[in-house]
Amino acid sequence: MKHARAAGYDPISSRLRRIGALVRKESRQMLRDPSTVLIGIVMPALLILIFGYGLSLDVKNVPIAVVLEHRSQEADEIAAGFSLSPYFKATVLTSMPQAQQLMNQRKVDGIVRIRQNFSHQIASNNADIQVLVHGSDANYARIVQGYALGAIGQSFLRKKMEGVVINDGPVIVQSQTWFNKNNDSHYFLVPGLIVLIMTLIGALLTALLMAREWEQGTLEAIFVTPVRVGEILLGKIIPYFCLGVIGLALCIMAAKFLFNVPLRGSTSLLAGASMLYLLVTLGMGLLISAATKNQFLASQIAIIVSYLPAMMLSGFLFDIRSMPVALRVITLVLPARYYNELLQTIFLAGNIWPIIIPDLMVVGAMAIALLWLARIKTKKKLG
Amino acid sequence: MFESLLRILALTRKEFLVVLKDPRSRISLFVPPIIQCLIFGYAASYDLSNVPYAVLDQDRSFASAQLLSQLDGSGVFLRVGNLSNVKEIEAIIDDKKALLVLQIGQNFERNLLMGLTAPVQLIVDGRNSNTAAIASSYISTEVATFNAQWRAGHGEAKMPVRSITRAWYNPNLESRWFMVPGMIATLTLLQTLILTAMSVAREREHGTFDQLLVTPFSPTEIMVGKALTPITIGLGQATGVLLVAQLWFHIPFAGSFLTLYLCLGIFLFAIIGIGLLVSSISANMQQAMLYSFVLMLPIILLSGFMTPISTMPRGFQYVTLFNPLRHAIRCVQRVFLEGAGIELLIPDLWPMLLIGMVTLPAAAWMFRHRFA
Amino acid sequence: MKSEVPDKEQAISGIALCKAFRRTSGENIQALEQVSLNIHHGTLAALVGPDGAGKTTLLRMAAGLIAPDSGKLEVLGINVTADPQQIQSRISYMPQKFGLYEDLSVQENLDLYADLHGVTPDAKRLRYAQLMQMTDLGSFANRLAGRLSGGMKQKLGLACTLVRSPELLLLDEPTVGVDPLSRRELWEIILRLVRDENLTVLLSTAYLDEAERCGHVVVLNQGKVLVQGPPGEVTKLANGRVFLVEPPEGQPARNLQAQCFDEPGIADAVPEGGLVRVVLMPGMKASLGSIGCLTAGLDVQPTPARFEDGFMLLLHQQGNKAAPVSPGTVRQTPLADKDRCEIIIEVHDLVKRFGAFTAVDHISFEVCRGEIFGLLGPNGAGKTTTFRMLCGLLAATSGTLRVAGEDLRVARASARQRIGYVAQKFALYGQLSVIENLEFFASAYGLRGRRKRDRIDWALQDFELSELVKLPSGQLPGGYKQRLAMAAALLHEPEILFLDEPTSGADPLARREFWQRITLFAEQGVTVIVTTHFMEEAEYCDRALIQDAGRLLARGTPAEIRLLADSRGGQRPSMEDAFIAIVEKAREKASTLAMGVA
Repeated sequence: MKHARAAGYDPISSRLRRIGALVRKESRQMLRDPSTVLIGIVMPALLILIFGYGLSLDVKNVPIAVVLEHRSQEADEIAAGFSLSPYFKATVLTSMPQAQQLMNQRKVDGIVRIRQNFSHQIASNNADIQVLVHGSDANYARIVQGYALGAIGQSFLRKKMEGVVINDGPVIVQSQTWFNKNNDSHYFLVPGLIVLIMTLIGALLTALLMAREWEQGTLEAIFVTPVRVGEILLGKIIPYFCLGVIGLALCIMAAKFLFNVPLRGSTSLLAGASMLYLLVTLGMGLLISAATKNQFLASQIAIIVSYLPAMMLSGFLFDIRSMPVALRVITLVLPARYYNELLQTIFLAGNIWPIIIPDLMVVGAMAIALLWLARIKTKKKLG
Repeated sequence: MFESLLRILALTRKEFLVVLKDPRSRISLFVPPIIQCLIFGYAASYDLSNVPYAVLDQDRSFASAQLLSQLDGSGVFLRVGNLSNVKEIEAIIDDKKALLVLQIGQNFERNLLMGLTAPVQLIVDGRNSNTAAIASSYISTEVATFNAQWRAGHGEAKMPVRSITRAWYNPNLESRWFMVPGMIATLTLLQTLILTAMSVAREREHGTFDQLLVTPFSPTEIMVGKALTPITIGLGQATGVLLVAQLWFHIPFAGSFLTLYLCLGIFLFAIIGIGLLVSSISANMQQAMLYSFVLMLPIILLSGFMTPISTMPRGFQYVTLFNPLRHAIRCVQRVFLEGAGIELLIPDLWPMLLIGMVTLPAAAWMFRHRFA
Repeated sequence: MKSEVPDKEQAISGIALCKAFRRTSGENIQALEQVSLNIHHGTLAALVGPDGAGKTTLLRMAAGLIAPDSGKLEVLGINVTADPQQIQSRISYMPQKFGLYEDLSVQENLDLYADLHGVTPDAKRLRYAQLMQMTDLGSFANRLAGRLSGGMKQKLGLACTLVRSPELLLLDEPTVGVDPLSRRELWEIILRLVRDENLTVLLSTAYLDEAERCGHVVVLNQGKVLVQGPPGEVTKLANGRVFLVEPPEGQPARNLQAQCFDEPGIADAVPEGGLVRVVLMPGMKASLGSIGCLTAGLDVQPTPARFEDGFMLLLHQQGNKAAPVSPGTVRQTPLADKDRCEIIIEVHDLVKRFGAFTAVDHISFEVCRGEIFGLLGPNGAGKTTTFRMLCGLLAATSGTLRVAGEDLRVARASARQRIGYVAQKFALYGQLSVIENLEFFASAYGLRGRRKRDRIDWALQDFELSELVKLPSGQLPGGYKQRLAMAAALLHEPEILFLDEPTSGADPLARREFWQRITLFAEQGVTVIVTTHFMEEAEYCDRALIQDAGRLLARGTPAEIRLLADSRGGQRPSMEDAFIAIVEKAREKASTLAMGVA
């Protein structure tokens, strides 16, 4: 009689009770440790603040020096063009050495130089305007260069309307940017931010917390109970999954209401894809901790294999298609790449199934594979 | 004084052993920065290549073919589709098969031959608006070249004004020249901050900190001993990344190594101050790790490494003044690309020194008073 | 002859179990070698043996946490390698270092284990009431486990293990670091379970009096079984060989004990109630007079053997004997005048509060130079807090303390040169090897050149660490960790040595060796302040004080303290009896006082 329950019969209800106990334990620990609350709530808020208000790739108010070595109506008009442009904060100077000094001190990021014999040259249809940019930040420099050329072109366009014959073209590019008409960089920074936060909560936090249990020996006593490995893992996954969902909700609300990023696809699809990705990162975290059983190493590995790739290789900032082949191959195994694509598409383009279905399938397969591996690698064994 | 020096030396030696003894942690300290530098050196670039584009050529004329061959020959664009119908545009953009579609209208060649302007439509996928903007500026450049050739070939007047553009310090405007030097400071920061924050927290968690406190070490000696190790490791990591930058990416180095290492030393001094301060307020390793990580995010994001400082709102720009990484990246880049000497770097060096000089004593004070 | 098939009728049945581990330094350690054992259902069985004997490995194996390299182990009739989960579902196991969740409260820790074991709410209520009463944790139910004292954590660990009645209970040193009162309570719990519920228990222990209470004992040494059977079989070995010797007038018993311990004809010698208990080697009984330390004139009385006597004899025959400690290793000059007290530590009206909780409540005492001073008290009495204040690790709330004339909290760093401190928990750098730890601490204390080398050589030799120099200290067997910690604290030849539970978890052999060394230091003028839960060890002290709930209860020489307790039936009370009597009396008084106030 006494041994009846030992005959391998393990009702679902007792499994659920055990999982419930572990979830309760984990949630209490989570709520009591200021550092987990920090990662779960403060960090997303901080990132929203930084990404939403701090970072931007929209170049404005570039400090620039306009050197007029020669004053004429044309030259003044060009200078005025820079002064009026929202993209520039122009300082008008009269000598080149002055400007070069400013550039060396990085007080200005570019120089527009109008030479002495400018009006003379214009008359003979052979005028030069020098545009110098500080090239150390190449991307920024290129944008500044483009704007500067645009500003010069504009001032001549005005002349054209005044009846002066100036040919431009003949081919004119009429460009339209789909999904983001105003080229607002929040539109891609905010979805990218969600990728980062989901990755951090999932991989870094769980890797650290599970490794801590291994390191501190708290698992030894837990192992010798009716609890199964899968239940221990679920006990970790469920609370951090919930924490991730809270972070996700914060981000989506911030995206919608603070930064007015359009959500063109369906919200439930967005939530579903995010939860699937959260499972991937949780699986990653659990796998890392099972493999290292050491807090320092686990956190280092989590940063190296999850966070940094999510930032640098997911296509969130840097275009994957422009990377060398070897790197493009590496990105194929990065879950963040697919999640980033999913987010950008669902937010900005809508429910584009030819992209969403394969991406979801890949993320889903990764979730299953990682969780399965974590389950295999976590053993009720010591030493 | 001499006694004190010997004690500090012993502590430094011990710290090295603790960090470097385990082969796994040895590998984790020196291999990742170099691999990251290699990978991110290629990945972290806003320069585009292999931009997939599609064409809807409704003119099918000699001129349109000439324009397209101009694009195809640029080495930047990769034609992935020839559309025959406006309706196809949506699908090819939506499915991310093409980043942009160029639509050439029916009367393209006729307009050109008549000396009229000939508009072409460019549709860009704006899901990453930065990429979109760069790609369309590439198109503009190619079209401008086409225009110049067309004028020359058809005896039209040259543009009255030519803009001659040059970029200082980076003539071909390669992102990598900017990113890789920035990585010397950024990759060094990643691990030294955590390493420092963990060093005291680890002792506290393992109970060895008490043992240390009952020895004749003064708090200052403990601080100095604990600071020297991560500074050295940080400089080692920086050297690794520097070698990759020089030997692999061949980024030109215009300045002096002495200046570079001086900057890095001051930078690490500031970082270690922050790390020890984090360590002094953490009760255990988990807290030390998470606190330093949460601190690390804004330090990296607001450093100007990935997005320029000057595009941030004014308030944020002031905040970045307290960010040692911002100053370090500027210093390293300037030494690297501009060959700046120490006198030009002073505006960036003193804030880092100040950060270190405030955080280190604060950490020492915290150590003494936390468990009082 | 043992059969080749494990016996299904046994609770635990192992045949020829072997297990080897690989140390990071390369060599293989044979933790278990051809171990065969049988534990009947309903038996209370003990595993005893020195450090590194393989006790923990065997228990973990029985819990299905480690697989044997060869051999066959069945627990409750189930093969451990085939179906560890089924075993784990049916047994309860308390690891040596019970991993409590420190940021959960006492109640929450209990709830977790109750739910994991599937205890029904009704059963839970009943069980909790029992456990709380037995462990005295009732009033701490809402305290975080991390804020409990070491002994209370141990009790909570046991309570978590006992949330239900398993079919088999495995306990790995359940009473390490637990004070005598709690230890007695814990044993009552275990005995009641065995009696009332016919529970099978296998435990490992360093307390040999505990082994004596078991029905079955397995003595392990270096991975092999030396003896197994009822404890009487071990005790029997020492029958007729045990004597109590009265030390010469005016000499502490520990001096005679130290002399006797080194005698080749003597297997064991310990101080006991002011006398010295000696166990003779086989064949020595006839020539009692030929033993050097038992010079004529000393009163030698035969006394009945205990399990411990038999055990020590057994180990001695196996070649395990503490190596004699080399004298002349410490610089301090011996005291010229033993009778005059030169006060070196002075504590006056010391108070420490943590919030509303008073950990140390107006304690005053003095320690003379060259004295061995014991700080005794139940878990949570405030001993460690007092220690940490003396060492300058903690600021006192009020009161004064002087160590060698200075308050270490505010004194110059060099004042700490004069003290050595061994913390309760092993606190050296686990990743660093033995030699690296020693080198670091030598340099930390300003030793260098030849003197540093000499001192390190001394430490390696004296503490028998030479063969382990390259091993990371975290991987040392328990007793060796303790030795290393002592060695590190002694490198700079401190005048004052603070030892916080130095023998907790150490095997009987290591403990004797330890005290032999301490005795020697004291003779050379080193002052030693020590806390311990082995009350018989208080016999080594010159003077001791008993502390409970932060307050001082008794103070004096061991003999004086023994006198404070009621003598039972004219017998000399043991130190442990005296301790329990004093603490219980004080607690009774406090509770009646509290009731009076209410």
